[in-house]
Amino acid sequence: MTGWLATILIFLPLGGALFVWLLPVGRLAGSFALLVALAEVGFWINALTKMDFDRTSSTPNFDQHTVWFSDLHVSYHVGFYAFSFWLAGLAVVVLAAAIAYGYWVGRDRPRAYFGLMLFLTSAVVGVFSSQDLLLFYVFFEAMMIPLYVLIGVWGGPGRLGATVKFVIYTMAGSLLMLAAVIVFGLSKNSFDLVSTGPSNSTWLFLGFAIAFAVKAPLFPLHGWLPDAYRESSPEVAAVLSGVISKAAIFGFARICVVKFPGPFDDFRNVILALAAVGLVYGSLLAFRAPDIRGVIAYSSLAQMGLITIGIFAFNIASVSGAILQSVNHGLLSATLFLLAGTIERRTSTGSLSRLGGMARGRPALATALMATGIIALAVPGSSAFAGEFLILAGVFSSGWGWAVVGAVGMVLAAMYMLRLISAVLHTKPGSAVPEAALDLRPAELGILVPLIACLLVLSAWPAGISDRVIRNSRDFPAFTKLKP
Amino acid sequence: MINTPSVDWFALSPSLVALGAAAICLLSAVLAPRWLLRPFAAFVCALGFVGGLVMASLVYWRSPDAHLIVADAASRDRFAAVAQLIVMASGLLTVGVSYSARMREDHIGEYYALLATAVAGMAFLVQAGNLMTLFLGLEWFSVCLYILCAIEVDLVGSLEAGLKYLIIGGMGSAVLLFGSALVYGSTGELGFSEIANATRAHDLAADPILLVGLAMILAGLAFKASAAPFHMWTPDVYDGAPTPVTGFMAAATKTVALVLALRLLSVAFPEKHDLWTIAVAFLACTSLAWGNLAALVQRRVKRLLAYSSISHAGFMLIAVAAANQLGTRALLYYLIPYSAISIGAFAVVAARERELGETVTIENLAGFGWERPVLGAAMFTFMLGFAGFPLTGGFMGKFLIFSAASQRGWNWLVLVGVAATLVSLYYYLAVIRAMYMRPAAELGLAPIGGSPPREVLLTSAVVAAMIVNVGAFFAIQPLVDLTRTAAKVLPL
Repeated sequence: MTGWLATILIFLPLGGALFVWLLPVGRLAGSFALLVALAEVGFWINALTKMDFDRTSSTPNFDQHTVWFSDLHVSYHVGFYAFSFWLAGLAVVVLAAAIAYGYWVGRDRPRAYFGLMLFLTSAVVGVFSSQDLLLFYVFFEAMMIPLYVLIGVWGGPGRLGATVKFVIYTMAGSLLMLAAVIVFGLSKNSFDLVSTGPSNSTWLFLGFAIAFAVKAPLFPLHGWLPDAYRESSPEVAAVLSGVISKAAIFGFARICVVKFPGPFDDFRNVILALAAVGLVYGSLLAFRAPDIRGVIAYSSLAQMGLITIGIFAFNIASVSGAILQSVNHGLLSATLFLLAGTIERRTSTGSLSRLGGMARGRPALATALMATGIIALAVPGSSAFAGEFLILAGVFSSGWGWAVVGAVGMVLAAMYMLRLISAVLHTKPGSAVPEAALDLRPAELGILVPLIACLLVLSAWPAGISDRVIRNSRDFPAFTKLKP
Repeated sequence: MINTPSVDWFALSPSLVALGAAAICLLSAVLAPRWLLRPFAAFVCALGFVGGLVMASLVYWRSPDAHLIVADAASRDRFAAVAQLIVMASGLLTVGVSYSARMREDHIGEYYALLATAVAGMAFLVQAGNLMTLFLGLEWFSVCLYILCAIEVDLVGSLEAGLKYLIIGGMGSAVLLFGSALVYGSTGELGFSEIANATRAHDLAADPILLVGLAMILAGLAFKASAAPFHMWTPDVYDGAPTPVTGFMAAATKTVALVLALRLLSVAFPEKHDLWTIAVAFLACTSLAWGNLAALVQRRVKRLLAYSSISHAGFMLIAVAAANQLGTRALLYYLIPYSAISIGAFAVVAARERELGETVTIENLAGFGWERPVLGAAMFTFMLGFAGFPLTGGFMGKFLIFSAASQRGWNWLVLVGVAATLVSLYYYLAVIRAMYMRPAAELGLAPIGGSPPREVLLTSAVVAAMIVNVGAFFAIQPLVDLTRTAAKVLPL
């Protein structure tokens, strides 16, 4: 059964989705979906215990390979390399938390809603495990379907505009990628990611890179981000910023860096520069944002810039740091978005000018937001500090200028996170904060505490991940060229 | 005494079975009692299509080698058999969609008879082996469709649609006929492969008469396939015709026109290969551009789907322009989910039309997805299929078509297709947005009360189309295997 773990992780939620859609489960849909999501986490932990991080073969863990369409050599090929395994773990944990949050809030039309959330889980895990280019594209696009509906149906008042923007932006990128996928696959006469060699085509590289740059997003392709993050329901925003953006990181690492070594060298400084601009610009916007979601959304832009810097600096320290920071950022922004959701439920606004003083009499909320915020601003000793430090240390070897920009980003992060914390928790009680607004309920704690616990564990032991990204560079052949 | 050629009745059986069903339907119009007429005619018609499906499968199975039959006028091969399977299945789905349509009682029998006759003509057309059978088959089904478009004389626009289709379709046929005459005048041959041989033997490749003839034949077929710039009848006719007929036309007419275009071009004009691939690529690009851009501003769903069908003619013409084995397989494969989702999408429109009693627009689709979950979910997958999202056959079809163009070395055509897909997303997703994301209250409809009409056959047809659409994605290998031997028939 070990060989089947990747397949199980992909298809278990899909089966759950079909179950919810096809059978008249009614209000039970939520509890069923939660059960499936928890089982998914269980399977991932099971896979973690069986994962071989010291693997010397170039095939991924839990490798499974079946011919799907022989004419063009398309196959169902899945498996996990160490770095993608962590991203998948992040995905299942955050999605479980999101489903739990949706269940607690009690979304309308539960069968459609929870079916879509489970479908999304499948697609995301599929993205992180696919080892065939067309399969990757299929999962990458399949993510869009539930996201479109989740934002468009259960989102805020401006949701229709937000979905159009979101879809047009991301599809423009991914359709270019489809052209690149086809040309790449036909030129190699195979779509398999493990067995195909590198290509030197600049156009193909750009086709992929733009798609991922939109998805991440990288400056200046982030136009869809503020609307999508503001208008979706908090748990969907958590998934969007925490998990979906990491599909771009996977794409950068698995395709852009590995399959296009030549163009990668040519464009490396361009992408590093864009990412650095995004880091500073996003941080500044986050500092100026008028509402909680705006702060988190733009901080995501900044953080994705930093992670991209880590991938494109391309040495052992920076890539390990980038993967660690991906997990950190996923957990952090998911927690923050869910916290934003709990605050908005109590005050029916996210506007910072109408919030304030929520710490008094609400110790659990204050502690949760404080702990998350402090980790997010990368205080020394936190997991985010470890991740960012690794990235900066790694990127230093590519040029000290990049490291300076990164350090500026860390300072700015402290500014906007502290502003967020004080605007929500401290100062005078805001006009929108009712006296009777409750502290976090046990159910909300049940959702948030595991996420924060993950962050605390990583803070205590960041090497748990960063040491297991490139333990043995032969695990992932592309990393053999990494410099220490 | 004229020598009659030996007739391979078995190879013609798909057409003949459908014709037989048409005859019984026509008789039942006079002989059957009123209460029995509708179920009986529909049942006989459906039975005819099932019979046609069986016979076409048998012909497919028993014809591993392609050869010409009936004095070389028709061909018996797997290429035609696959197209016949698609047409028969389209007809079958259309019966399901038509069954509960509000129809004047005095022409129920004729409706099904015409439907079966049209399908028989299409099945005959895809077998055409010379220019005469081509024209015969084309007129055979076209005349049936002219009447079917106008059959709802009470419906506003139906008669107008029929008339428009008649005049412009007649124009297209005339162009095709004139082109055939020129080709015959130049080569002295009618048979597809004889034309190619004569061109080669007499070195006619540069003959201007042959060239003009080829262009006119291509234009005539482009009329039928509703490829731009020969598409102007499409939106009006699709909009005015009874919705089940529209769905049938979108699926089956396009299938036969494209399949036949590929057969004719590749068999009869291999010497002009460089020329017609460019011409077809031009048609593809204009169809993609015009269909998608015009669809953006449509409010009426039937017109929107009409423009979408023009753009899909463009996508499938890319496969024709690729002119290779992969392109042929891509075309035949794409036609399977495309036909299913065309009929399915128009069926959903028909259901909404019956519910509201007025023209379906993007606005009055509001809330439809939640009110009719099965039809809504099906429409959702149809729109994703049209737009080419994964988990639908539409995605795999586009993947194959783009691969074929890339294999030919025309990556620019891939980029055109990709750009067209991006534009098309806007209006396909607008339908989904209307169905699910706008509350029905915005509509301001007076609640009539009671549950929506139960249309078992229509719903089953829609569900079947949905299964084909999603199934084609996962089962791409067996379907392409089915088309592989069919594609080998063509000398590409």
